[in-house]
Amino acid sequence: MTPSMTPPAVQPTQADISREIAAREAAAHARPEGGPASAHPARNYPPYRSSIHRHPRQPLVAVDALADPEAVELTGPAFGVTDLTDLDADLTRQHPGEPLGERITVSGRILDRTGRPVRGQLVEIWQANAAGRYAHRRDRHPAPLDPNFTGAGRALTDDDGRYAFTTVKPGAYPWRNHGNAWRPAHIHFSLFGSAFTQRLITQMYFPGDPLLPYDPVLASVTDPAARARLVAAYDHELSRPERSLGYRWDIVLDGPSATWTEEGR
Amino acid sequence: MPPTTPPSGALPVTPSQTIGPFFGHALPFPGGERIAPAGHPDTVTVHGHVRDGAGAPVPDALLEFWQADPDGGLTGAPGSLRRDPVTGAVIGRNGVDFTGFGRVPTDADGRYALHTLPATAPAGCPGAAPYLAVCVFARGLLHHLFTRVYFPEHEAAHAADALLSRLPEDRARTLLARPDGPARHYRFDIHLQGAEDGSHEETVFLAFR
Repeated sequence: MTPSMTPPAVQPTQADISREIAAREAAAHARPEGGPASAHPARNYPPYRSSIHRHPRQPLVAVDALADPEAVELTGPAFGVTDLTDLDADLTRQHPGEPLGERITVSGRILDRTGRPVRGQLVEIWQANAAGRYAHRRDRHPAPLDPNFTGAGRALTDDDGRYAFTTVKPGAYPWRNHGNAWRPAHIHFSLFGSAFTQRLITQMYFPGDPLLPYDPVLASVTDPAARARLVAAYDHELSRPERSLGYRWDIVLDGPSATWTEEGR
Repeated sequence: MPPTTPPSGALPVTPSQTIGPFFGHALPFPGGERIAPAGHPDTVTVHGHVRDGAGAPVPDALLEFWQADPDGGLTGAPGSLRRDPVTGAVIGRNGVDFTGFGRVPTDADGRYALHTLPATAPAGCPGAAPYLAVCVFARGLLHHLFTRVYFPEHEAAHAADALLSRLPEDRARTLLARPDGPARHYRFDIHLQGAEDGSHEETVFLAFR
């Protein structure tokens, strides 16, 4: 994450940011209704400095799926076997050689909020390499690029809503949100449900990462239970002998769909 | 605001996180901005800027579009990201099928351009005001934003539209593309945040419940 166009004269320290994070978490829990209003981050979350000029100030306008069942957004795009190849889900086999790093398998199920599996839908991931560097020109972190790793993958979910990727564990990397800012290791996920309303882009984190409490992006989710849902679980059953360590990460997509409104009538 | 009360019995959802700055090698694909079949005479171009609250262009936003097909069908069709099975490279749409889905990253000037067929109303609701559904992602945006592009040709239907009809005029105007330049070209700017000095109006964004 690059700095904002006009960096403040004095860069905040991690201690400053951690204080801001703690204050926002306390405020979320002090709501009269008890607990945060939503699992999702508030778009206005100043500890993540880039959010300051990039969030709407006006309240969002609610569109009720039951009142407007013909809304285009209650349906969504379709993807199929022409949109990817078998190798796309294995990020360790996209180049002539093996990438450096700890090989991992990441797998889980994608459900909508009613518990219905999301079938035959596109899942896209992207990530830094094992040294914490993205194959992106604007990433100037002086960690080595890996000629055998691009860090982008795609898969379609199966009939149970299951996806699986083989990749390497990404490294942590520094960014310029504040002084001595480090992003914990993470994999970006892009997900489609059965409706455009269910669209989600998010990040998966790794259990036991000591950087988790310092990160304002993760902390923007002020409900600890919701935050925990962004952290994958080590799953020995998913580890493959002499090949890769397994992580399980299940995803639940928010938002109404046409099928949901039919049942709700 | 995000939905506050999910339906009873709903599963706890996975929170959103920002797309960040480094999605460029993963999400954009060749021809993502060209939903219209190749050479289709009805093709329209919708283009504009994405700007932040200070009026600065947003060069690292990703816009996605979804629309009904020309017959009002809403099933979509695969093939937006069609791959070459030999090399694995993305070769893009086949130029024939209408997938209804587009994906366009903003350029260094914060600009985008989409080439598609005119928006159509869903088949189940042929008199409805047609629109393009839009989802906005950007570095700095922790949770995507939905908006819509309506077109000036359908002014009569706009008066009956469930969304436009309950917005004040200055707010509704942010959802209306305006003719710009050659025929079948429209301008649609997205302002993530209104200007404090009122120099630009914030785009209307939607929360689906």
